[in-house]
Parts: sequence; structure tokens; C-alpha cells
Amino acid sequence: MFSRCNKLVSSQSTAQKSVWSCLRSLIKNDYATEATFESKPFKLHRLDSGPSTKSTITSDEAIEMYKQTQMIRRIETAAGNLYKEKIIRGFCHLYSGQEAVAVGMKSVMRPQDSAISAYRVHGWTYLMGVSALGVLAELTGRKSGCCRGKGGSMHMYATNFYGGNGIVGAQVPLGAGVAFANKYTENGGVCFALYGDGASNQGQVFEVYNMAKLWNLPVIFVCENNGYGMGTSTERSSASPNFYTRGDYIPGIWVDGMDILAVREATRFGIEYCTSGKGPLVMEAATYRYSGHSMSDPGTSYRTREEIQEVRQTRDPITSFKEKIINAGLVSADLLKKIDVEVKAEVDAAVKIAKSEAEIGLDELANDIYSNDLEKEIRSTTPFLFYKHNNSSGKTPINL
Amino acid sequence: MKSLTSLFREASKPKKYFTSNNCQRVFSSSNTENGTKTTSMNMFQAIGSALDQTLKSNPNSVVFGEDVAFGGVFRCSMGLQEKYGRQRVFNTPLCEQGIAGFGIGLAVTGTTAIAEIQFADYMFPAFDQIMNEAAKYRYRSGNEFSCGKLTIRAPCGAVGHGALYHSQSPEAYFSHTPGLKVVIPSSPTKAKGLLLSCIKDDDPCIFLEPKVLYRSITEEVLEEPYELPLGKADIIRKGDSITLIGWGTQVHVLIETADLARQQLGINCEVIDLVSILPWDSETVCNSVKKTGRVIIAHEAPLTSGFGAEMAATIQEECFLYLEAPVQRVTGFDTPFPHVFEPFYLPNKWRCLHAIKDAMKY
Ligand SMILES: Cc1ncc(C[n+]2csc(CCOP(=O)(O)OP(=O)(O)O)c2C)c(N)n1
Ligand SMILES: [Mg+2]
Repeated sequence: MFSRCNKLVSSQSTAQKSVWSCLRSLIKNDYATEATFESKPFKLHRLDSGPSTKSTITSDEAIEMYKQTQMIRRIETAAGNLYKEKIIRGFCHLYSGQEAVAVGMKSVMRPQDSAISAYRVHGWTYLMGVSALGVLAELTGRKSGCCRGKGGSMHMYATNFYGGNGIVGAQVPLGAGVAFANKYTENGGVCFALYGDGASNQGQVFEVYNMAKLWNLPVIFVCENNGYGMGTSTERSSASPNFYTRGDYIPGIWVDGMDILAVREATRFGIEYCTSGKGPLVMEAATYRYSGHSMSDPGTSYRTREEIQEVRQTRDPITSFKEKIINAGLVSADLLKKIDVEVKAEVDAAVKIAKSEAEIGLDELANDIYSNDLEKEIRSTTPFLFYKHNNSSGKTPINL
Repeated sequence: MKSLTSLFREASKPKKYFTSNNCQRVFSSSNTENGTKTTSMNMFQAIGSALDQTLKSNPNSVVFGEDVAFGGVFRCSMGLQEKYGRQRVFNTPLCEQGIAGFGIGLAVTGTTAIAEIQFADYMFPAFDQIMNEAAKYRYRSGNEFSCGKLTIRAPCGAVGHGALYHSQSPEAYFSHTPGLKVVIPSSPTKAKGLLLSCIKDDDPCIFLEPKVLYRSITEEVLEEPYELPLGKADIIRKGDSITLIGWGTQVHVLIETADLARQQLGINCEVIDLVSILPWDSETVCNSVKKTGRVIIAHEAPLTSGFGAEMAATIQEECFLYLEAPVQRVTGFDTPFPHVFEPFYLPNKWRCLHAIKDAMKY
């Protein structure tokens, strides 16, 4: 029954959109269009009622979310390989294992909502609208990179995604600033300020909790608790590992960050809470990172291989979601397999370009330091390395 | 102290200077002529040795920072927690401002506090504690209190692919702060002796370790503890044509440049490792410039308000009538530290050589 679609799938990705709609229309004939799932209970802090533990999704939504998680996983696997091949240099932090947090949140974010995170952002960048190529070529420092190779792994941006930040904790106050703007421009937007369990101990997180509550800003502080900040486990870094309570006077929710749908419901609740003028929330998403902290960390000196294996086998966000949606009759296993093939093809194609493409020109070294350069030349350059201040093709930053 | 410096120059026979793929990690003991025992060490091992000996000889000393209990990102404190216990070698949470302030508090009680900030780029969240609190404690209390027992170590400088936040050289920011001492070693031997001096010194010290050197140089380093003088530059190579001044990794670039200059221009460069940024050894520097009449200062940090600017001002004041050419600076560009363009940004030997040519024909 998929033969017509098969043709489309095997043709190039320009036809991708129509493939999906074709597949979907076929599924709808044979499969349920909607299903409801039960998630683990949430833990609440200073809240009388919390998110719904029931989550209803359509088959279209299921397919979309499945594709996104697979895409992120694939991009990260490709990034890991490119690093091992020494094509990606420097720092490279993978998100594998944590996909459900980003995908669940993004699935209910509205166009006016925004996010800001730390340096583990390849997945977020993709979800916020950058292609697999945009991410991978940024990692290899090539032209098609979403920052044209100037940022690298830790610094990626997209519309309403205020980026990748290398200084741990520094992004959290920015999130409150974005939320303040949401509030006074009355655009109804909520800003998600994401940080890790390690980052949660930075002083500026507490400074901004206070500011956000004082002014009741529409910001959701999302602590992605993956159990470790580099080699230090949460118990060893944090006097209270209950990150959802650490806003004290700010209400909080604990959510199973390995369950896309639980995250989705928590986020939906959060958006509702913030937009009704109640002010900020803290959301702790309990998750796990499969890889080491960065590529130079094998990730096994401070935790056991068995621990990683166990999470992979019993709590993997993709496997559990896949089982759920298949068992509920929302999608067929065949269709998911086809999606896997598609995703792989797209990532493989992106890898090819990200490997072979040129870097941007050397003149870019000095571009974009200022918008209004008061001096023509960059100081300290020499006659044989001569740079002028410049702006990249007069582009306006995407956030403005 | 002078004789001590030269003793260690003899004791340390550099096997190889900075080349990026030279990662020797040999531990072998040998005896020098004068009977002192040396071990082949790279820079992280030499630093580890200084920390080890401090913890051993001074029961009132502690080492802490992010992940230092496991050795730290660059392995400097490897094995120390096993040896000295969790009370004395411990991980802190991820909070640089807290780490610095906590260290000041410890030091002000008389504890020898050795803090690690994981990368020099992350000293900025701690900047207030360092420059407002640590640096001014003694002064503002009329010498009733001081936190001189504080030493803050941090890896600095370019590493080949560190991009914006794992590559910076922040020494100039700290040099603008009376009350601090700022030191940058350029070799395992220097690292050990200078770190021990910083730890002993009664003022808060900032010890910046060029991270590319951790594994790239191996030397015979004295096993026993020893100290090298703070505030003293080291003339690495004698010459009479031009003075080349750098610190940290740049010293090795300047040595290579001096070789090139000899081959290509037939001149002898005097190469000075500045070693201490605050206070800096203007005497050694100015004496050299008076002798050669020409000087180039090279550093990785950007030009504007880089530490070279301070030196240039002093040199022109002290050596005005001796100068045959303007003081030149060869530095990183006035741009953020670039990601893919690092090789072009750095003041490499070709750029330094170019400056030498300019100075010679001025
Ligand atoms: C201010 C600052 N300090 C230290 C670092 C080095 N560093 C990078 S990530 C990290 C651990 C952060 O852990 P966590 O917040 O839990 O995030 P995760 O890596 O688990 O996603 C550390 C110590 C940094 N980038 N910035
Ligand atoms: Mg973490």
C-alpha cells in the first residue's frame, strides 16, 4: 500500500514534504488518528494542581515528534563520528539521550515563544528551524553552517532561539530579559531559559529567580538534570538535588525528561501558567546524557557503563515513544522505519557537504565585531594580513 | 635567588620545545652532576608535583575547584585526593564567583588556599571577587587582614581549536589591579618553581598556565621542591641585535623566530621570557633594550590595552635615547578569539619575523 509513497521517498528530498503528507493520508485510512497516553506523575512545588498526566496526540503529531527525535539522535551520531575523524575540532557536546526534553517542549511552543540554552544545543537549533546541514556545517566550521562556521558547536542560533552559550549559567539571566520584553510588548510570548544541573549552582541563576518573581516575568527556568555536570554527579554538586524546588518562592514542576509527552504536558501547563500573568516557573526535566560531557570525555570514569546501558535499555526517549505510538495504533512500524531511512539519508547528505564544503573567506575573521565600526581597520593586523571591519553582507540580525 | 634560577636552567635540559605533536609522558629519574635528583615531567606533571609537595609539607593547605578531585580537565591534580583526602582536595560546585570568594575566606584565616578555575575564560564570573575583594583586602584593612595565602590557577591561551571561550589570555585585565601578582610559566621547570613561589607568597597570586604547554614540553625537573623568583624576567637567549619579549606559549614562538632571524638575517636576537606580568621586571627588559636598541613584544591577547602596551610605554620612557626603531607589538588581533581562523589570528613566527625585519631596517 506504500508503493506510491515509496517512489516519492526514494526520490530526492525536494519531494519530502509531499512524501510526509502522502504517508499521513495513507495512515489515516488504516490507523487511529488520535491516542491518549498516561505519563508518570509530576512532582509539584508550591502548586495546587499541575500538568495533566494524560496526553492526547494525533498521528501527525506523533510522526512529527518521532522524526524530530530521530533526527536529533542521527545528527549527534554524525557529529560524534565527524569529531572522531578530526573534521570537527575543539569542543563538541552531544545531546543524545536528552532529546525528549527539547522535542516535548517544542511540540507545544507557539510562534511567539522563545528559548535560550547553554552549549548542548545541536538539537535545539535543529528544532528551532535550522537544517541538519546548518548544524553539521557549523560544527565543521563551513560556509553552510548556521553561523557560517564562526560559532562552532557551542554557538548556534535560530529565530527565537537565542542560542548556545559557552559560559555556564550566563544564559539564564538573558532568558529573563527576553521574558521581560515579552511582557511589556504584550506579545504573549514565554521564554524558556534552559540550564544544566551543574549550572544551577551558579549565583546568577538565583539572582534572576528573584528578578523574575519580583516582576512576574513569563519565563520558565528549565533545569535539564542529566545527573552530571562534567564529571560531578548532582549529589556531589548540589545541596538540594530537587532542582524544581530551588526557586523557593517560584513554583516548580518535576517532569520525567525521558518522556516526550510528559514534557509536552508540563510545557503546555507552564505556558498557560505564565501567560495568565502568574509569573515564572521552574521546571526540572530528569534526563540523561549518553555520551561523555564533551567528545574528549569518555564519560565512564565517574559513572559505570552499566548505568549508561541501563538507561539506554529501560528509559530511552526514542524507544519508549516508538513503542507507545505503535502500540496505540497511531503509526505503523513500517512507517517509522521509512522515517528512519529518510532521516538517515538527510543527515548523510548533510555530512557529505559539511565535510567537503569550503570555509568562509579569511576576510570574515574581522567581520561583525561591531555594527557601526568607527575605525576602518582592525588593529594589530599586518601588511600581509590586513583586515577591515565589515558587516556580513549588511544582514540584519535575525532576532531583530 | 638569581643563582637558584641559573641552577634550574642547568638542571632542566629541555628535551624539546613546543611542537604540537610532541606529547611525551615519560617518567624517568636521573641524577644531575651536582647530585640533585630530577624526573622527566611535562607541565601538568610539574604543576601536580608542586601541588603534591605543598599538600605534603603544609598540613594547612587545600586544593579545590571544578572536578579537581578527579585531576581536573588537564590532569594537574591527578591522584591528590587519594593521597590527601577529601577534606583537602575537593570538587566545588560550578560557581566561579563562589570559588574565588570561598578561597579568599579560607586564605584570610591563614589557610593556604589553592583554587583552580577550570579555564581562564571562566575567571570573568569570578572577576569581582578577585579584583575587588582579594586584591584590596590588605590595603583596605590597613594591613590588619590579607588573603595572601590565596593562589588561583587557571589554564589560559590558545590550544589550536578552543574558539571563543577556551582560548583567551586575560592577563592584562588582572595587571590593572594593584594588590595582585600575576605569573605565567613557559615550561615545566618554571611552572613548578613559580607555582611553589606563588603558593608561598603572601599576596594573592593569579597563576595562568598556557594550556597548550601542558603536554607539549617535557623537561628534567627537580624532584625536590624549589622556588623561582616572582617579578623576575628570564633571558632565555642572549643576543645583541634586537630584544624579543613574550610569556607563556609565545616564548616558544619567539625562540623559533630568533632561529629564523639568525638564518635569514644573520642577526642574534635576545629572547626574554617575562614570566611575571604583575609586577613585571622592567629592569631586565630595559637593560636589554638599551643594549640592543630594538624591541618587539609579542602576546596572544588583542593589541589594544594588551600588556604589551604597558611595557611599550615604559620602554619608550626609560630607553628613549637608545631606541633605533619604534617599539613594536605583535599580538592577537583586536577581534574576539576566532573559531576557524585561529592560525591567522595568532602572532606566529612569520608575523614576528616580519616585525624584526621592519625594526632592523628602520
Ligand atoms: C563559567 C563556566 N565555568 C565552567 C565551564 C566549564 N564547563 C562547561 S560545561 C560544564 C558542566 C556543566 O554541567 P551542567 O550544567 O549539568 O550541563 P550539562 O553539561 O550536563 O548539559 C562545565 C564545568 C564553563 N563553560 N563556564
Ligand atoms: Mg548536567
